[in-house]
Amino acid sequence: MAQTAVPRRWRWQASLSLWLLLAPALLWLGALIVLPHIDLAILSFRERVGPRQYAASLAQYRTFFEEPLYWHVFVRTAVISIIATLLTLLVAFPIAWIIAKLARGRASSLLFIVCLIPFWVSETVRTLGWMILLRESGVLPGLLVKLGLTAVPIELLYHDATLLVGLVYTSLLFMVVPLISSLESLDNALIEAAYDLGANGFAVLRTIVIPHAAPGITAGCIIVFMLTLGNYLTPTLLGGKNSQWFTEQIYTQFITRFNWEQGAAFGFLLLGLSTAIVVLGLRLSGQRFSEVMRST
Amino acid sequence: MSIPDLSVEALDKRFSDHVAVDRLSFAVERGSFFSILGPSGCGKTTLLRMIAGFIEPDSGDIAIGGKSMRGVAPNRRPVNMVFQQLALFPMMSVGDNVAFGLARRGLSKPERKKRSDAMLERVGLAGAAAKRVDELSGGQRQRVAIARSLVLEPTLLLLDEPLGALDLKLREHMKIELKQLQAAFGTTFVYITHDQSEALVLSDHVGVMSHGRFEQLGTPQDLYYRPQTPFVASFVGANNRIVGRASSTDGGLVEITTADGWTIHAQRNAPIQAGETVEAFVRPEVVILGRSAAELPPGQPAHAGEVQSLLFDGANSAVLLQETRSRREFRIALPQTGQFSDLKVQEHVFFSFDPERATCYKARAGVAD
Repeated sequence: MAQTAVPRRWRWQASLSLWLLLAPALLWLGALIVLPHIDLAILSFRERVGPRQYAASLAQYRTFFEEPLYWHVFVRTAVISIIATLLTLLVAFPIAWIIAKLARGRASSLLFIVCLIPFWVSETVRTLGWMILLRESGVLPGLLVKLGLTAVPIELLYHDATLLVGLVYTSLLFMVVPLISSLESLDNALIEAAYDLGANGFAVLRTIVIPHAAPGITAGCIIVFMLTLGNYLTPTLLGGKNSQWFTEQIYTQFITRFNWEQGAAFGFLLLGLSTAIVVLGLRLSGQRFSEVMRST
Repeated sequence: MSIPDLSVEALDKRFSDHVAVDRLSFAVERGSFFSILGPSGCGKTTLLRMIAGFIEPDSGDIAIGGKSMRGVAPNRRPVNMVFQQLALFPMMSVGDNVAFGLARRGLSKPERKKRSDAMLERVGLAGAAAKRVDELSGGQRQRVAIARSLVLEPTLLLLDEPLGALDLKLREHMKIELKQLQAAFGTTFVYITHDQSEALVLSDHVGVMSHGRFEQLGTPQDLYYRPQTPFVASFVGANNRIVGRASSTDGGLVEITTADGWTIHAQRNAPIQAGETVEAFVRPEVVILGRSAAELPPGQPAHAGEVQSLLFDGANSAVLLQETRSRREFRIALPQTGQFSDLKVQEHVFFSFDPERATCYKARAGVAD
């Protein structure tokens, strides 16, 4: 009844203002994300048959599956990204717990700033900092020799472990922030009640803290996983040639080989991979995407 | 004499700037309903949390069922607590909430379900096991919180102002329900509250707490009719408080004269010398009201006053007077006979009370008129 009383013109104006408000976001989404991806999709489904002559084909995707190097790198990137995400969660959880639950007032904000400060420096400079510490003639190998732990300076760069350290370090903040917000909303009385009803520390963590923080944990994991999977700088600098990161393959196709068709196909495979793993992760943890995103 | 379910021995807890619990000792009999009544900040929450094990006392001992709880973690004490905001687990169903403690004890799933269903039935929530916590009403949640604790058959159930969050009507209802639950289960309840009516209605014994000590420990009737200290007299139930100087004493009766020259008589509780400053308390329902001095019982000193306001509240209706001589406010409960239903503001009336039923105490330090 009330709805019909509203003049038609008003409703029209209301919907116009809604569209105007949405316009910048839609433009950004359309021009910078959807359009280039359509173009890349078209690119990935064609093959160069002669100078300036192209034909539709699945050759780019076939190459990926036929060339073991490519999908080895692909699987390796996925596995290391998952490991890096889990490690980040393990490191970030106690930090977030301390900031959200144990530290009070100033101490809590101070700790958070300590987590934030490294991100004022650009990622490149931070990663180069790691190189200064870890390279053969760097600080840490020198220290190990001085302490008599190794006879000669050892090269600490270009190992998978180094790569993981770098990836975890880069992603930490993106895990800590959603964790803090989900842990802060956990009522301390729930923890006390569980403890009072006979739960030990581990049972409290498993039955109360983790179920409550699950949306935050999932959100942090999705963000960190996507950042890690698409990271280019850290694997290149800390892993060197050994890193074999899939983004490096994409870069090589686009820039070195000038094979945009192949690069575009790789790009789509990476997109498919990250989507598949995120969906799988959500399924396994029983979370819904919309709820997870609301919690961050 | 059986071992008390809870015995507290010279318990002491200090925080940096104040004493929360001050060398407190008391015991709670098996199966009784014991309340700790006090204003906020009196240390009652600290005391309860020390019994539950969340706070370590500085000194003294707590024994539950005859066993010292020193160094025993909260999850190993035979004590369960109903929290102020109930703290039901929102991530679990009602049934899982009730079965939580049983699961922690390692009971099998069918056994857990059997016991939690039986418990839910006893608190009148049969069939609610599959519901989510937020589907329940305030009173139902209250019952789940109690069921969740009682299913573990604790020696002692601690309740931290669990009715505080409910609205008045439900609170009145839950009061009765709590008392019935306690009687049905026979578990010893230790209940803390700042609401004197809750403490009086529910308890077998009440400890009135102030500044980390018990001002008085006794039955609700003791507290109401025989308060031992001016704090208890003013905190438990409504009371008219009159500060003055003891002008003369005659046996147990003290004549008190206020600074503005009003004289009343009251029963003393402890020796009082003439000339000392005293606080006297007269309950509103002890006072008899009359339109003329002749209506008042003979032999009681009569006082006069002017009606200032009428406080109609059904059976608890009262009238606020201004005593003619001192212009002090004085509250009198209206009798239920309807005799004074036509009382008007500014009307002049007379009142008297039996001095035996008014009490006076040596004034507390810092008490002025």
